[in-house]
Amino acid sequence: MKFWIICLALVLGSLGLSLSGINEYVFFAGFVILQFVVLATAWNILGGYAGYVNFGVPAFVAVGGYTAVVLFKSIQAPILVQILGGGILAGVLGLAVGLLTLKLRGIFFSIATVAVVFILETVVMNWRYVGGATGLQLTRPADLAFFDSYTRMLFFVMAVLAIGSVIIARYIQNSFLGRGLRAVRDSEEAAECSGVPTLRIKLIACVVSGALMGVAGAPMPMYLSYIEPTATFNLSYSISALAMPIIGGTSHWMGPVIGALLLGTLQQIVTVTVSNELNVLVVGLLLVFFVVAAPDGVLGLVKKWKQSSK
Amino acid sequence: MEAILEVNNVSKHFGGFTALNAVNLHVQRGERLGLIGPNGSGKTTMINCISGALINDSGDIRFDGRHIHTLPAYQRTKLGIARSFQIPRPFGSMTVLENLLVPFAYVGGADGPNERREAMDILERMGLAAKAEVSSKQLSQVELRKMELARAMAAKPQLLISDEAMAGLAGAEIDEVLQILFDLNAMGITIIMIEHIMQAVMKFSQRVVCLDAGKIICEGTPESIFKNPDVQRAYLGDEA
Repeated sequence: MKFWIICLALVLGSLGLSLSGINEYVFFAGFVILQFVVLATAWNILGGYAGYVNFGVPAFVAVGGYTAVVLFKSIQAPILVQILGGGILAGVLGLAVGLLTLKLRGIFFSIATVAVVFILETVVMNWRYVGGATGLQLTRPADLAFFDSYTRMLFFVMAVLAIGSVIIARYIQNSFLGRGLRAVRDSEEAAECSGVPTLRIKLIACVVSGALMGVAGAPMPMYLSYIEPTATFNLSYSISALAMPIIGGTSHWMGPVIGALLLGTLQQIVTVTVSNELNVLVVGLLLVFFVVAAPDGVLGLVKKWKQSSK
Repeated sequence: MEAILEVNNVSKHFGGFTALNAVNLHVQRGERLGLIGPNGSGKTTMINCISGALINDSGDIRFDGRHIHTLPAYQRTKLGIARSFQIPRPFGSMTVLENLLVPFAYVGGADGPNERREAMDILERMGLAAKAEVSSKQLSQVELRKMELARAMAAKPQLLISDEAMAGLAGAEIDEVLQILFDLNAMGITIIMIEHIMQAVMKFSQRVVCLDAGKIICEGTPESIFKNPDVQRAYLGDEA
């Protein structure tokens, strides 16, 4: 109950914020941070709960983004239809990748997911309709519902998506699916012998995780008014989507949220105050620090601290 | 007596290596069967084929009258085949009780207060009730072995395959685990025991089957098996 009240309050709060008169830049930066909340939460469903490390995040983000572009260019689809389409196609990609790769374990699964990024990038590079290697300029539609600017509207949309994906991740974690995925992470053989249909639940996790990444990527072209393959297929998406749950803690839905808010905000601050290049260094340093000093992330630190103060 | 498990002409190859060569084995309902053989003789491959961790290349496996050799492992578990692992595979991120709730959720299809009570009953029977809320990472070797058996029991099996559940245990601990297996058998569960500890096999089994190089070389009462010259040759070599 408390959870749902907080969710509702956050939706209303972000609506109020985007209707208020504060500086436009807040929404520009806030969109990116919230997008990382979605990506980190999505990654954690497969990577955290089931222990399958997906390095192919940009592939799913790009499928979301390019689906949105195609829908916009061909039928002038509104943003919500773009997001829905991006999510569905990224989910289908999740199913396909899952069917092809989930029999591989550990590092082999991760390598296979990297390959998906390069394959799709090559396809998009050679696809003229969406701009090929040079990219495509897009004109935002004039329709803003009741928002003052398109960026403000996208901020609110991304806030709702972030809250929605957290609700989904929390539901999975607490359902029999979450228990099964944990069992898969701990020992796949023992899980199977305990009656867990491991391949099926891994596929479900892969589809949900992929679809949410697509959803996170779909508003990107409208946000930038532009799309091009090199930035869209950038592997730094993988690093961030993986670093954030690890920094926050992978075993609980709150972990990726904490990690994304922490790291995302820090990156935005460093980008503005120091340099755009250094913000990648921040991710790297924090990741190394946490892997060495606090492998269970912020949540693990909090738990330890609570236990020792008892 | 009726056979609960029928293994007919089952073969399994790994590349050019024949791990199982046209093996036949019938297990009666309620039986206590010992499966022995030197290292590499195919015991674990055999139970992997029965439990579904491996799919046999040829031959037929029937459980309770049904053909099961094409089913994935989790469906065989649902039909009533449970196993423990030679090297314990606990769900390390969970407590002992949560370990048992996995099969309850997936085999029984529910995971409520009733399941918790039933899981506690099983832990009670195994002498693990005090450890219910402890992380399974912190268990001792004998506790881990017991938890593996408890988790197998939570799947409500008709057939339990115990893969070296006593490996690495000391004398009194062996007797404890042996007693648990006797109790489970008394409840009507058929048990196949794979074991290197011969006193345990002698004490427990009604019938012993000996595998060597992927073939069953003999079967019979425990006493007759240990006197069998083929078994002695398989274990000790020709000079013995």
